[in-house]
Amino acid sequence: MIDIDISKRFSAQTEVSAKFVSDASVLALFGRSGSGKTTVVNAMAGLVKADRGYIRIDGVTLFDSERGINVAVEQRGIGYVFQDGLLFPHLNVRQNLIYGARRSGGQGGADAPGVPFDQVVDFLGIGALLARDTPSLSGGEKQRIAIGRALLSRPRLLLMDEPIASLDSGRRSEILRLIERVRDEFGVRIVYVSHSIGEVSRLADDVVLMNDGKVIACAATEEIFNRADLRPYTGRFEGGALIEAHAVRHDMKYFLTTFKFDGGELIAPGVDTPVGARVRIRIRARDVTLATERPHGLSIRNILEGTVSVIDNRGGAIAEVHVQLGGPSGSLARELLARISTQALDEMQLKTGQPVYALIKAIAFDKRSMGFTA
Amino acid sequence: MLSKEELEIVILSLKVALASVIFSVPLAVACAWVLARCTFPGKTLFDAAVHLPLVLPPVVIGYFLLVMFGKKGWIGSTLDAWFGITFAFRWTGAALAAGVMGFPLMVRAIRLAIEAVPLRLEWAARTLGASRWRVFFTVTFPLAIPGLAVGVLLAFARSLGEFGATITFVSNIPGETQTLPLAIYNLTQSPGADAAILKLCIVSIVLSVAALAASEWINRRVHRVEGGMIA
Repeated sequence: MIDIDISKRFSAQTEVSAKFVSDASVLALFGRSGSGKTTVVNAMAGLVKADRGYIRIDGVTLFDSERGINVAVEQRGIGYVFQDGLLFPHLNVRQNLIYGARRSGGQGGADAPGVPFDQVVDFLGIGALLARDTPSLSGGEKQRIAIGRALLSRPRLLLMDEPIASLDSGRRSEILRLIERVRDEFGVRIVYVSHSIGEVSRLADDVVLMNDGKVIACAATEEIFNRADLRPYTGRFEGGALIEAHAVRHDMKYFLTTFKFDGGELIAPGVDTPVGARVRIRIRARDVTLATERPHGLSIRNILEGTVSVIDNRGGAIAEVHVQLGGPSGSLARELLARISTQALDEMQLKTGQPVYALIKAIAFDKRSMGFTA
Repeated sequence: MLSKEELEIVILSLKVALASVIFSVPLAVACAWVLARCTFPGKTLFDAAVHLPLVLPPVVIGYFLLVMFGKKGWIGSTLDAWFGITFAFRWTGAALAAGVMGFPLMVRAIRLAIEAVPLRLEWAARTLGASRWRVFFTVTFPLAIPGLAVGVLLAFARSLGEFGATITFVSNIPGETQTLPLAIYNLTQSPGADAAILKLCIVSIVLSVAALAASEWINRRVHRVEGGMIA
């Protein structure tokens, strides 16, 4: 359980205050750059001292201004993976990895399960790098080692501040997958800072949405990204719907995987996940096309039936249409979002309550945008 | 080649410079760390105090040393009574004078090196469970070693050339406090010593250039080994 209520003033204009409670195994702090996310994680790590408030992790008070508690950074038992890795340049890979391994007992040490060195090295696939000097490593390798170094210090909580922001896209999905496995195989609670909807919707169970130094909302990931009132903060262009689904079959001939969710079925390029595995799929509003009749002769694989529930037309070129999929309305997760031109909206004469077909290309979502939960 | 007396002068000079540098290093590292990493009221004053030997006339420093560390000086008499350490008119005094004069140079170089170590690297170490002390000895200090080497050699070269503070504090005693510059000065006072002066001058130049070259060499070597990681 993470229980935080802090504020920190930097100048007359800028103040960061955050209050939230979450028991998620991955909690994301999401918001634009400068929204105060990093200040919050730095305060959790003890690198920044809040002016007032408290920080409690799993019942242990790390900071409490009223009771005069401020546990030293090194005694908090909180691991931290920074955006730029911050490996020690004068130590080789092995020395970097074991730097934190001798964290003395007590906080986060004694009660945390021991993490064998070899297991972490195997897990990260860095056996061949152990004797290498760190400045010669690639960005992805550095981040792997930074994660391993943090894991070996046996933290009770792992903070990750934009850990893949400075990597190229290939390395990004690789490290993201690794972080999912850290969560599943090491059972470490993670606080993940990012401004990327893709990363957050893939990894997080709960999201703390921050803007301008304040917490706008703290809720389950699906709710944050599907709630209409939060759209100004979650971003319009990148906006979309988040759907919980599970894999039902693989098509070996065409390398496609079919996923089933409340509102129907989705076909996507094949992913190597077992049948039955739960998957979170984000369908971006700009990838959704609408039709008033069931179309024929199209390459589009996914044709979902639904009804128009909300039309958000603010003038200009683009309107957003919410489509309630499948049966009766209710669950937010069953709603799709489509960005279409206002011209199309007028020509199609769309109205609330009208039946429509939502079309999504199979290749609109690939495994990079999917989050797997074990 | 050098006569026996001249060789003695060179050896004494090296001994004085070496001692001054060795005893300065721990204090200089501490001062440099405080200046680079701490903020406290009166820091500007502290900074100025460290830099005083750079701007004050050496004679003034020498006089202060005489007053404080002389036989009757309040520090000098205490050290003499408790530990049997005397500075007045001894080579140790010459080393002290040289050390004080070279101190700001050493602190400056080490301070720059410490400031060049990213603070966030120290943060990373602390989140891995390292105390402030361990962070200093395992991260900050190792990364500052190139700067430390440069500072040490600069201070060493400066010590070899120390004149004003030394002659004021411990006088010009052959075999005890007469280092190279003092010996050269002595020779200039007696007629017909041009050849001897020239010889000692050449020795001075060779030693100084060697110290500078060594500092360059260490600097380049360390940077090659560590792949320019401080940049």
